[in-house]
Amino acid sequence: MNFMRAAAAILQRDIRRLLRRRGQWTQPLMFFVMVVVLFPFALGSGEITASIVPAVVWTAMLLATTLSLEEIFRSDFDDGSLDQLALSPHPLPLLLLAKAIAHWLTALLPLILMAGALARALNLAPTPLWTLLVTLLLGTPVFSLVGTLASALTIGLRGGALLLALIVMPLYIPVLIFGAGAVNNAALGLPTSGEMFFLAGLAVLAATLAPFAAAAGLRSRLS
Amino acid sequence: MANTSAGVPKSLEAVKLSCVRGDRLVFEALEFTLVPGEVLQLVGANGSGKTSLLRLLSGLALPYAGTVRWDGRDVHQQRLFWHRNLCVIGHLSGVSASLTARENLAVAVALGAGGLHANVVEALGVVGLSTCIDTLAARLSAGQRQRIALARLVMSKAPVWLLDEPLTALDLDGKRLVESLLRTHTSRGGLAVLATHQPVDSSNLNVRNFQLRGVGSE
Repeated sequence: MNFMRAAAAILQRDIRRLLRRRGQWTQPLMFFVMVVVLFPFALGSGEITASIVPAVVWTAMLLATTLSLEEIFRSDFDDGSLDQLALSPHPLPLLLLAKAIAHWLTALLPLILMAGALARALNLAPTPLWTLLVTLLLGTPVFSLVGTLASALTIGLRGGALLLALIVMPLYIPVLIFGAGAVNNAALGLPTSGEMFFLAGLAVLAATLAPFAAAAGLRSRLS
Repeated sequence: MANTSAGVPKSLEAVKLSCVRGDRLVFEALEFTLVPGEVLQLVGANGSGKTSLLRLLSGLALPYAGTVRWDGRDVHQQRLFWHRNLCVIGHLSGVSASLTARENLAVAVALGAGGLHANVVEALGVVGLSTCIDTLAARLSAGQRQRIALARLVMSKAPVWLLDEPLTALDLDGKRLVESLLRTHTSRGGLAVLATHQPVDSSNLNVRNFQLRGVGSE
């Protein structure tokens, strides 16, 4: 299982690298906190209702994720590591899946934990709070996978960050709709399984297709 | 034309290679055959297509026309097979600044290009980095980072080496190291394509020069 060892090495390498460069994962986290915390000020005291919390958290999550995407490939492209990755005799989609998982663990998992804490601080009731956490766990892998694809397509482009945001936004919207929708339903005591299944379906779709598309995009950007 | 039968030495062939970058023809109908034990040194002015040619040979870039064959097989059709036989040092070292020398090489070994064996510490000793095995590459000089990349050559069992400016930032001792690595490699039946502006000491080394002239250069 040499290819699994290669994927595990990439995963370990990316996690280690991202944790060493603290600015990379603390920046999206700070941004996320600021966006969420600004809403109560803008709305005035006592006006925060449970109904807007899921929308605020999911939107802030989406924006913070977009901030973190560029780093998936940028330094690897700059120092030539990406060429070495593409020269590996192991399947490139698998190696890119490992990179997407590393991005999720280092960039999005801290955001999810912070989202739980902030939603509690904004008086979200326990039931919708749990629904929020579950939808985030189901929905954010799509963010990482589609983000890996989009950043592979924009490697080395000038103004790549803006282009990247434009590419991922429409693809993130279904996740936003079902994620925030499930939490709203939970707050009203309605069933949420429909949205949950849809989010899980999107995650499976992204996990099976995005690595292959990302590998093809990466090869064409490197050539 | 293709040497597919067993016992015949494996050769690297470029057949009518053409390369286009943007809308500029970099080179056209380029041909060479390289047999084991040979080193092909690419010479030519800046922009004559040395790096482009090496990227074509490595399989990273697709040729506009023509084929690259290793052992009679088209390398762009059989990329995974090709990459098992290949060790590439690009003009970017491929060394991540936020990893130590040891971690960088461990990743290279796991990625498995060119059948690297796993003795990372020994390889770092050969390239003269035994004192900074666990130092972050960010704290090392450009030459030392280049030596980390060269340690991949020390570990490589691949028959084909593609080296793009491997002498960049290296001192005289580093240049001698590259030459001795090439000597060991070719004596074991390996072959190499090398792009460098510096003259290579060709004693005990079968170096052939290959002149690249930009055809469409302004």
